This record gives sequence, C-alpha cells and structure tokens, in this order.
Amino acid sequence: MSTQTDNTSNTPSNAPSPKKGATGWVILAFFVIGFGFSLLGGWVGFPNMLYKEVPHPIDFNHALHMDLVFDGCNSCHYFRADGSFSGAPTLNECRDCHQFVMGTDPNEEKFVEEYVLQDKEVPWNIFAKQPDNVYFSHAPHVKGAGMDCAACHGDIGTSESLRPYQENRITGYSRDIWGWEMSRLGEPKYAPRMKMMDCVNCHVEQTDSKGSCFQCHK
Amino acid sequence: MEKLPSHTKARHFGMVIDLDKCTGCASCMVACYSENNVSFRDEESIKLLSINWIQVYKITNGKPFPDTEVCYLPQPCMQCDGKDFGHPPCVSVCPAVATDFDTPTGIVSQIPVRCFGCRYCMAACPYHARKFNWWDPVWPADMERYLSPDVSPRMRGVIEKCTFCYHRFQRARQQAYYKGDAENIKEADYQTACTQACPSGAITFGDMDNPDHAVYTLKKSRYAFRLLERLGTQPSVYYLSTRKWVHRACDNYLEHEEPAAFAGKSA
Repeated sequence: MSTQTDNTSNTPSNAPSPKKGATGWVILAFFVIGFGFSLLGGWVGFPNMLYKEVPHPIDFNHALHMDLVFDGCNSCHYFRADGSFSGAPTLNECRDCHQFVMGTDPNEEKFVEEYVLQDKEVPWNIFAKQPDNVYFSHAPHVKGAGMDCAACHGDIGTSESLRPYQENRITGYSRDIWGWEMSRLGEPKYAPRMKMMDCVNCHVEQTDSKGSCFQCHK
Repeated sequence: MEKLPSHTKARHFGMVIDLDKCTGCASCMVACYSENNVSFRDEESIKLLSINWIQVYKITNGKPFPDTEVCYLPQPCMQCDGKDFGHPPCVSVCPAVATDFDTPTGIVSQIPVRCFGCRYCMAACPYHARKFNWWDPVWPADMERYLSPDVSPRMRGVIEKCTFCYHRFQRARQQAYYKGDAENIKEADYQTACTQACPSGAITFGDMDNPDHAVYTLKKSRYAFRLLERLGTQPSVYYLSTRKWVHRACDNYLEHEEPAAFAGKSA
C-alpha cells in the first residue's frame, strides 16, 4: 500500500495486505517489551548479580551505646597518639564493659558467648573500606578540616540496628563505595558515596585542587 | 602536575649523599627492601633482573695497583624537578599519568595500579631508577604477613621506583594534623628508611628549601654535584666527594673540561 508510514517501513513489503499496519504495531510492542526487560535486567537484576548481601556478625545498636558512653563517637572510635585512627574497636576494647552478659539483648548474649568468652575478634563488616592502593587519614579531615563523622559515614551513630551490608562479588568491596543507587544520581541512600571522584569533588570545592596522586594513593 | 591545594605549604625534599663516607655496605638497600615491600627472586645473581629502589654501584678510577681507588655510589630515584619544577623526563612521557610530579613535596610519584607497563618512563630515565615487574612477587613462607600496610605491593606488568618513603611523609603529616599544627613537620619527623639505616651517616635527607634542615647547607657545598647534571633533569639528589675522579665519573666531561668544583685547580 502506498499509505505506509515510516515506523512500519522495515517490515517485509512483498505482500501488500490490509494487515500490514498491524504488523508494525506488533513489532513495536515486542520492541517495547524487550526494551523494558533489558532495562529491568540492568537496573534490578544486575545489582543483585553484582552484589551479595553479607550478614553482620552482630547487629550492633549504636543508639544504645551512645546513651551510655561519655565522649560520643570518640569513646570507641578514637585517634591514637601518632594521629592514626582506631576504626572499629577491637575485642579488648569491647571487653572493658562486656566481660559478662549485662543486658537481655540476644545480640549481646551472642557477642559474649561467641566472641568474648572464646577470645575471638569480631569480623565486623566495614562499610567504608577502601582498596589497598588508597591512602586515607582521618586526622586531616576531622582535626584539620573539622568535619563531623556523619559527613562521610551518615547517621549510623544514631541507628538502633546496622544497615544492610552488601559486597561486590568481583572486587569484594562494600556497596557503599559505589553507592546504593546504580545510577549514582540523587541523594545517597545511607551515606555519601566514596568513589575517587566523590573525594575529588569535595577536595576541589574545599581546597581548590584535587591534590596530586600521592596525596591519596600509594 | 596538579596545582597546590590551597591549605598546603610547598616543600622540596631532597637528599645529599656523601660518597666519601659511604662504605658500600648496602644497608640502605636492605632497609629499602623491607620498608617498601620490594620483591626479590629466588635467584638474585642476575642483577639486571633485580628490582631495587636504591642501588649501590661500585666505581673505580681505573688505575693500576698503587693508585687504585674505589667509590661506592648509592643511587635512589633522583626525583628530578625537570624543566620549570614539574617536568621530569619520566613524567613527560607517561601516557597513563601513572607517574606525576608531586608539587607539595617535589617528589615524583608512581602509582603502580595505574601503570599499564609500557616502560616509556624506563627508557626516558637517564638514571635507570625505574624497575619493571616481569613477574608477580612471590614471598617465601609466611613473609607475606610481614609486609608493610603503608606501601601497596606491586604486581606483574607495572613499573616501580623509589618514592622517598612518601608514606613516612604521610605519617608525619598525619601526626602534625593531630597535634593541631599541620605545617609543623620537623626534620626528624620525616626521614627515609635508607637515611636512617646508613651506619656511616653518609645519607642526609630533608627539605632543601628550609634553612633549618641539614641538606639546605650541604647541597651548597663546593664539592656537591649531581649525576649527569648537564642533562638539565634537575635531580633532587646531591652527591658530595672531594675526589676529582669521582666527579668526572658521574658526568660526561671532555678531555679539557674540569668538574666545576675543581675548575682552575690542580687536584
């Protein structure tokens, strides 16, 4: 037929028939459905393929501890005298208080029985763990620039339960590094994203330079 | 070359090596191997395949017995400034920006994971300071557990070189930040492993722009010179020697030319 439109011009034209317009719509429909599935696979399926959920050894209650300690975050995550940062507390530090089960929380019971009494370090999941070739020091950021813990770590300090931890199946890094949104758009879900450009953007804003390679790499 | 962050003071670290004090014991090499996780092979007798960040060369004056003299020359990366303080030969040729001039310290950086192993920089370096990893490092027995976490170990197919123990600078700066005065890094706070290991005190290290540091005066000595100085690479490593033949051996002189320290004298 001579009334063909552009969107059907890719259909076979050897058998002119009144159904021809309909064939075009069917092809378009299949394309749309296929495209939808691809998008769904990319945005929903792929992250699940790439990341696996890793359970926390202990569901730590930050809010509960914050009420009991004197110096906020610094009570357990502190600077050493040489300026290095302690990070997650070791068993010895926890043991100062948790020699025996003190409360009724099943998590504390599990902690004391499985780790304290067996003298075993807790294999905490570290949300912000960076690759080996990255140099990061807390001192310039916290002492030098006066940043809050929450500026990079989110409001984990007030949480009653640990947020989910996912690990990249290929690299073994935490999902927090890329960010939970695959598109990396919009407000981050839990805490600021920690890819190199995320560091760079803030450094350019604050110091007018992204710094030389050695400033952050080794 | 990245521009200087607004809060950082520029320094220019350099080294002065007194060749008249060096005994060639190679303590600096050993200290460097263990400090920087430098890998070694089962068979280390073929030195061309060795990886080392500082290497002790032996040079002689080439004269027969009664007049024979020997000099040992420890040679790390020269950390060249190049033209206009920021264009060392190796940095100019790197297509991957794996090596760069670190403006805050005057040190030439090398990021092994960024390197893809083309070895242009090796060819560009007139000092053979850069080494290529032909194999993945293999650590004997449980030695892997003794590696320093401050220095990232390298893998097969990348270049590595001396960094003037940059992680020690990071450590010093971290402590300075913690103490509240970020720019207050004293000479003793940041010293390289080879400097501290040298039993005869032949190596001196510090900020060459700071009059309080020993290198500031030492590098102005009449007997100070640099390797292949006339190439214009502007090395940050100076050597001291009162022996003329050592000066002559470290650069290319014509028959009638005299090293600057001995010009117009019969030494």
